[in-house]
Amino acid sequence: MQKAIIEKAKQMLADGSVNRVIGWKKGEFAYDVTPAVFETAEEIDRDFVYDVFTSSNVSKYLVKETKKEGKVLVFLKPCDTYSFNQLVKEHRINRDNVYVVGIECWGKADIEKIKASGISGIKSITNNEGTLTIDTIYGTETIPAYEVMAERCLNCKSKKHVDYDELIGEDGEVIETERFDMVAQLEAMTAEERYNFWREQLSKCIRCNACRNVCPACTCEKCVFDNDDSGIANKAAADSFEEKMFHIIRAFHVAGRCTDCGECSRVCPQNIPLHLLNRKFIKDINELYGEYQAGADTESRAPLNDYTFDDCEASVVHERGVE
Amino acid sequence: MLKISLEKLDDLFALAAQKQTLYIPADRKDGGAEFTKWENGIKLSNALNTVRSAKDFFFPQTENLVDFKMEGKNIEVIDIREESEDFVIFGVRACDAESFKILDSVYLSDPVDSYYKNRRDHATVVTMACNRPSETCFCSAFGIDATAPDGDAACYSDGKNLFIEAFTDKGKAFVDSVTSLLEEGDTAELEAVQAKTKEILSQLPLANLSTDSFGGDKLNELFNSEKWSELSESCLACGTCTFVCPTCQCYDIKDFNTGHGIKRFRCWDSCMYSDFTKMAHGNPRLTQVERFRQRFMHKLVYYPANNNGKFGCVGCGRCLSKCPISMNIVKVMKALEVK
Repeated sequence: MQKAIIEKAKQMLADGSVNRVIGWKKGEFAYDVTPAVFETAEEIDRDFVYDVFTSSNVSKYLVKETKKEGKVLVFLKPCDTYSFNQLVKEHRINRDNVYVVGIECWGKADIEKIKASGISGIKSITNNEGTLTIDTIYGTETIPAYEVMAERCLNCKSKKHVDYDELIGEDGEVIETERFDMVAQLEAMTAEERYNFWREQLSKCIRCNACRNVCPACTCEKCVFDNDDSGIANKAAADSFEEKMFHIIRAFHVAGRCTDCGECSRVCPQNIPLHLLNRKFIKDINELYGEYQAGADTESRAPLNDYTFDDCEASVVHERGVE
Repeated sequence: MLKISLEKLDDLFALAAQKQTLYIPADRKDGGAEFTKWENGIKLSNALNTVRSAKDFFFPQTENLVDFKMEGKNIEVIDIREESEDFVIFGVRACDAESFKILDSVYLSDPVDSYYKNRRDHATVVTMACNRPSETCFCSAFGIDATAPDGDAACYSDGKNLFIEAFTDKGKAFVDSVTSLLEEGDTAELEAVQAKTKEILSQLPLANLSTDSFGGDKLNELFNSEKWSELSESCLACGTCTFVCPTCQCYDIKDFNTGHGIKRFRCWDSCMYSDFTKMAHGNPRLTQVERFRQRFMHKLVYYPANNNGKFGCVGCGRCLSKCPISMNIVKVMKALEVK
């Protein structure tokens, strides 16, 4: 797969059909991959990587990259194409300036899970048909990749690319998942239990803003929380409720636009399951307005931006919130 | 050296906690370790390091500085400072212990930061030597020996026993407070463990990271390097690196209107943020390239320029583990180094 991607990138740079390539760059270790823009074949040969750790969703970089001169080639995994489509729909990406190559994905490993299993001193990791062989200073370990797969990949919603100019590998199907199970568990709690769950989780927040800054749905030129003139700019929490305000307001702001790409939870240094807030909104939208997947297309009107006579009454929503 | 069986650690914590509030690294149930106030049932984490650094004890993320109360045309200034309680931080690693010296040089030099000093004066730092360093560790690049941490007292484990020795009066007081549980022990096995750890440290992937290309005298060539643009290209401008960093020390001061008065508080700031050091005329660093550069120039050039060549990084590796896009000081150093 990596070989085919690299060949494609070099060929398109060589024939001048694109000026730049967005992909992933090798790190110091086996897993610390950085999203990067490549401009030459030499850079690509030296640094380009596509493997079980290239998990970051690079679609948001296109907001900036497609405003530049020339055309950019991007490699998108199925879930990334949903974010991409949503950004095209919101006129944040200039579709004419990007060539999308869809690439197959079998799920990505979560290095935090690998380390949590006690593995340390990692020298190299090789993936042999789904088995990871991890060579460390303390010895060699093997783990099946699915045991350390990221939560969002275990609950993968789609192996289908919703937009592409060309595919490398096979296109897949939308998948029936159990991704709303944890939301259902939270819904089944009493209000107090649920409050305690979120209070414990959100009180870990250090307001680093990684969740917001990585989020493809968060592309405001100036976030209200960064704007001194807004009167609510807050770099740090003034009390323990403010972290909840930040995350809940953010979840409201991306409601109906969040594709459930899961980047927020991936980047959280405190392992807060932020995706559950977004999934709650997605589940509610599905139940109240009919099935809707943000990013599945670029044409439809989103339920929260539309009015139909079938829309549920506000009282229905209110009653659901009463114990 | 005095020792206690690892099996009796809980007794040691219980006894120490009778005298002073005790914090130890403990595992959160959903992963990651953090310094936690000891109470019955709290177990010492096996994690190499906590997610948040130990700097939080002395330089908390948010703290109130002063209150103002307004009545008519009068403003009453209320000093809210209180004497800190005595407390013990147990299990601090060598890197974090070294970070306190960096924070001290900033906050305890003239004019002394009384808020910081208050907490520092009342704390006893009991360190813990590392036996199982990770690939993200590079403390040795900054002259730190992970097997011989600094602190008021230090602990070393040989897998069966915990050895403890005091370096300062505060450290002696801590050891005295638990002395009924300690006995003299033979350190032969411990020395073998330490030798083994030193060997591992020398084999770490970042063991040969060089600081030769950095320092206060390299200002112009590093500041003007063309590589900053590429290095910062995918930076998300979040504050993760600065907030998990044990040596990042910048803060912002703001006033908060409570409706019946003003609370002046300070909170951690991050050079990655768009309003960092914003002044009346605006922001001196307009792009992410400049803000990104600031972080590394501070640690590798500006800080050593003002502190006899000492670098502002301790190689704890938290930024390597936590950066959402895996860009970090090691990658920056390797890209900028003159070979």
